Amino acid sequence: MDVGKDLVLEMYRRMYRIRHFEQKIKDLITGGEIPGFAHVSIGEEATAVGVCAALRPTDRITSTHRGHGHLIAKGGDVAKMMAEIYGKRTGYCKGKGGSMHIADFSLGILGANGIVGGGIPIATGSALAARLRKTGDVTACFFGDGAANEGTFHESLNLAAIWKLPVIYVCENNGFGEFTPTSTATSVKDIAVRAKGYDIPGYVVDGNNVLEVYRYASEAAARAREGLGPTLLECKTYRWEGHVVGEQAFVTGSYRTQEEVAQWKARCPIIALEKTVLESGLIKREELEQIANEARAQVEAAVEFARQSPLPQAAEATEDLWVA
Amino acid sequence: MAQMTYLQAIRAALTEEMDRDPTTFILGEDVALSAFGSTRGLFERFGAERVRDTPISEAGFVGAAVGAAMAGMRPICEIEIAPFIYCAFDQIVNQAAKLRYMSGGQARLPITFRTLYGAAGGAAAQHSETVYPHLLPVPGLKIVVPSGPADMKGLLKSAIRDDNPVVVFEHAALGRLREEVPDGDYLVPIGKASVKREGKDVTLVAIGAMVPRAMAVAGRMAKDGVEVEVIDPRSLAPLDEETLLNSLGKTNRMVIVDEAHLHGSAASEIAATMAEKGFDLLDAPIRRVAALDVPIPFSRPLELAVIPDEQRIEAAVRSVIG
Repeated sequence: MDVGKDLVLEMYRRMYRIRHFEQKIKDLITGGEIPGFAHVSIGEEATAVGVCAALRPTDRITSTHRGHGHLIAKGGDVAKMMAEIYGKRTGYCKGKGGSMHIADFSLGILGANGIVGGGIPIATGSALAARLRKTGDVTACFFGDGAANEGTFHESLNLAAIWKLPVIYVCENNGFGEFTPTSTATSVKDIAVRAKGYDIPGYVVDGNNVLEVYRYASEAAARAREGLGPTLLECKTYRWEGHVVGEQAFVTGSYRTQEEVAQWKARCPIIALEKTVLESGLIKREELEQIANEARAQVEAAVEFARQSPLPQAAEATEDLWVA
Repeated sequence: MAQMTYLQAIRAALTEEMDRDPTTFILGEDVALSAFGSTRGLFERFGAERVRDTPISEAGFVGAAVGAAMAGMRPICEIEIAPFIYCAFDQIVNQAAKLRYMSGGQARLPITFRTLYGAAGGAAAQHSETVYPHLLPVPGLKIVVPSGPADMKGLLKSAIRDDNPVVVFEHAALGRLREEVPDGDYLVPIGKASVKREGKDVTLVAIGAMVPRAMAVAGRMAKDGVEVEVIDPRSLAPLDEETLLNSLGKTNRMVIVDEAHLHGSAASEIAATMAEKGFDLLDAPIRRVAALDVPIPFSRPLELAVIPDEQRIEAAVRSVIG
């Protein structure tokens, strides 16, 4: 293993934090405690964590409607996230954004985004700002396989290529755009090959292998910082849960088989990392168990914080629109 | 005071603000060459990093302006011709306008969008439309429509300094319009209307390129003893309701001229506001004079028939003082 122990443990910690957080969101929505709807990323933790582990604190990310994992991976505070999803005034966006719009500008998280492909030009502009301000910062742009069919994907990769911008385009191919299999909606088997159309490097990455994602993202980040321009990483992963929590209530029929889901669950990215690190002898099982327990406790504390927090007052609805 | 054209006023505002603030930069299609002249000479002065030609890729570069703004820059983003804005609508409406609010006040979006709008003869429907009514209902955007060189310079400078997204509509037919522009750091506040001509008989509200037409009508009618007060709102969002209501309180009659299509026009919004807040002041129904509800046609006589002209404006004014 060519990654240091501390970093591996941190990756493990963040993956577990995501897993528990998402599981909790799912349970709370199903139980009716959380209003609205949410898209969870169980099974996709390695992509978010592997990419963000390759970033510096001042680097920025843009995220998607399925963004909780990216935010936690970049260091987001799960209590403020949970409070936001509860619609509380202590949430990241004071209850104005909800699950799909969480942002933490102090951590370089420019926001989740409810519009598929909406964040891709924004990440490109963030990279342009880094270039103009000569900060050396990189922007990682998360988007799904569905967004790779949006015009903004094409326009942004072209822009970043001609301007050699420090951006990493991270396509999380989880197999489905809403309820449509990627294979029926996308002209190519590997979205990474679309990089050729913009004369930039593109790689297919095992999105369930956090160490592999980390290696590719580190290389892409180094390339970006050297002024060599953008990279497209297609991280192949899988959405264990539905498009949206609670979809069973309105989706009639099935759009995938139980066998397929079971096959991917057998490739759980967290268990895969556990196996690797235990086999390496670098880390003991007790250390991992302790981390997993801490992550669970942290999420429970976040729920408690959210429950105890006040709802916003009606008068706050007209605040935060303008910079005074 | 110096004489300046509308286009020279744009260049002066851009040059002064780019000199003043190193985080400003221009991006858009052909901004280095400047097909219509509004950014001519800036590439030579500020270089390719700050006067940045983009591909024909509106969603991409408008979104890049949004991202750059959130990462500490102050972009001046040119959408070459106003109806091209539809290609970038998501980035303006869903992103630029909403991100600050959705993030609970975290995001800062000091972006100036500049765009050439309006009918100037023979450009047809996809290059002549007055598109600002589509943006009026979007909370989080400021919208200004300068009608002459002085307002252009002052409003564009204010737009660039504003820490919120501002869309500046520049009329395609006004480029050579010339007038005195105050020297020095001349700023016109966003959200303040301008009384272009005082009068006691009727308030004639006119937007953008309709202002010179309204002034011509007012001048002509003065010879018949009708005193028309002409008001240019200058900003459509926020709208200076106070100045408009004060004028209505004096004249008790109002006609609103707008180059946009009548249905859902800025004139409609202004009329609704005036009727709601100034109903007791009115001695006659408010009249709107706007473009006919068809796409702007190509052929000259057809275009002239669609866009409000002085004859239609005068007829509307006469109808309310009758």
